[in-house]
Amino acid sequence: MKLLKRIIVVAGLTLFSLAASAQTIGVSIPAATHGWAGGLNFHAEQTKARLESAHPELKIVLVTANSASEQANDLEDLVAIHNMDALVILPFESAPLTGPVRNVKRRDVFVTVVDRGLSEEGIEDVYVAGNNAEMGRVSGEYIKEALNGSGDIVVLRGMPTVIDEQRFDGFMAAIEGSNINVLDHQYANWNRDDGFTVMQDFLSRFPKIDAVWAQDDDIAIGVIQAVRQARRQDDLFIVGGGGMKDIIRRVMEGDRLTPVDVLYPPSMISTAMELTALKFISDTPIEGEYILGSPLITEENAEQYYFPESPF
Amino acid sequence: MPKIDLKTAGPFIALVAIFIIGILVNDAFLSTGNISNILARSSFIGIVAIGATFVITAGGIDLSVGSMAAFISGCMILLMNALMESIDSIVVIIFLAVLASVGIGALAGLINGLLTTKAKIEAFIVTLGTMGIYRSLVTYMADGGTLSLSFTIGDVYSEVYYGAFLGLPYPVWVFFAVAIIGYVLLNMTVFGRHCFAVGSNESVARYSAIHVDRVKTATYMLQGVCVSIATIIYVPRLGSASGQTGILWELEAIAAVIIGGTMLKGGYGRIWGTVVGALILTLIGNILNLTDAVSNYLNGAVQGIIVIVAVYLQRGAWRRDS
Repeated sequence: MKLLKRIIVVAGLTLFSLAASAQTIGVSIPAATHGWAGGLNFHAEQTKARLESAHPELKIVLVTANSASEQANDLEDLVAIHNMDALVILPFESAPLTGPVRNVKRRDVFVTVVDRGLSEEGIEDVYVAGNNAEMGRVSGEYIKEALNGSGDIVVLRGMPTVIDEQRFDGFMAAIEGSNINVLDHQYANWNRDDGFTVMQDFLSRFPKIDAVWAQDDDIAIGVIQAVRQARRQDDLFIVGGGGMKDIIRRVMEGDRLTPVDVLYPPSMISTAMELTALKFISDTPIEGEYILGSPLITEENAEQYYFPESPF
Repeated sequence: MPKIDLKTAGPFIALVAIFIIGILVNDAFLSTGNISNILARSSFIGIVAIGATFVITAGGIDLSVGSMAAFISGCMILLMNALMESIDSIVVIIFLAVLASVGIGALAGLINGLLTTKAKIEAFIVTLGTMGIYRSLVTYMADGGTLSLSFTIGDVYSEVYYGAFLGLPYPVWVFFAVAIIGYVLLNMTVFGRHCFAVGSNESVARYSAIHVDRVKTATYMLQGVCVSIATIIYVPRLGSASGQTGILWELEAIAAVIIGGTMLKGGYGRIWGTVVGALILTLIGNILNLTDAVSNYLNGAVQGIIVIVAVYLQRGAWRRDS
């Protein structure tokens, strides 16, 4: 009995000292259910490994969720079991996770929100995000310029969400006032198969299409196949979005069909994790908002955005 | 007095009606390109649904087909990419991958079948479980991204989807062949009659000396093989597989089967109905893409209404004498 007691005491002390010295950062992101999220997971794991080896005093707990409610449960576990000091979260959806994140904040946890803002202001300490409206605008500007201000285009959208809407509105604002005519726009659900079928139908329906805004690189891959099948690859070009390695490689090789891509980097999770880590390893002030740009990727600069090892 | 059996004709009437709507909506609807697109597209769900007709007729259900298709696609792509190192002939590589695909499909079906019959777990639960398993296996295999077929193989293999014989794409021929074999199997063989018997009343079938477990397991294996055939013509289309591949195929296949007149509770099945059901589902999507008349946001609602109306027509519930 005495021995057992002693073991418990020693174990307890060790745990206590570990907890006292190490700072725990919880990272909660959506599971890798589609290409972009796959890239997100890849970069999160890479950054976790890099930060932990460079700073042994940091402990990073990475959890992935398949739904908003699962992510809310994850947050409770991160607080109760891992006793985290900071949270980096890419919310599955904004509204349902605002409450759970606020609860975490009340426990004096440093909160970094990534990509999708919460529905209530002032909860997070750091906000890191891409710029969806800007992404749409850059795509629109390019198409307007490449077509010299007039032509017929089709648009393949993602899913009916805020992200898709901001991109679409940004795009439409950019081409407003020009003679660019959007023949039709349909949802292709951010996947290749739907990109293929929707584009096939656009091709049967419209004998003249000058450009395609696919908004997303997975959709763009499906569009490319449909265009090739219809042998119309010489009549039009496709603008995707995101920064998938397959598309970046095409841009790098100077493919006529996909002359450019517009970046919306899944690696923004790395930006957020590195920033949050700075809070614990230095006195650098980091609180605030960080909005990443959506640069146009062209043949000239494509190489710096090409990550062959990433799954995205 | 010749009387049209509305129960049998129902799905065909719905198909013709939707076809006419298509012609009215857009001239491009009748173009050869569009028609062959529709037929090739419906072959995936159609082939899967022919397998599902057997499972449902025998009183079972298989929810795992969509993720099984994704898993088999992933396995085929990984296998072909790996074989590149050791085998020179691309045709041989593709042939081996096709064999493997059928093997995995049959095995996956066997697992579903044995778990329902031997372990006595409800088919709904078993296949809900395997659905999750295959879906995450393919996500794991792809590292959360997308598995892509090597371009050298893809160039040769793509002929299977994009090529055509007598003006019809190969997938349509495969669909047609599977439908004929399925028809013969369900309507002209002892096995087919046993499927009907097991589906209408399992206990009676058992007392009639039918090997109920064996029949049910066979239907799941048949379903697995059908999924693998669909996969064999799916992979060459885009040469990739990911966690998104085959999403909701199970529901589309079940819908095609029910639109076609097969009873969800088992005991009665119709292969040609299923083929028509698959065509109807594809047509709806195609027509919605060909028109601005319906807001994007309402596509799902239109699909839902048409499915319900089609089933209503074939049930003939509006006839007074029924």
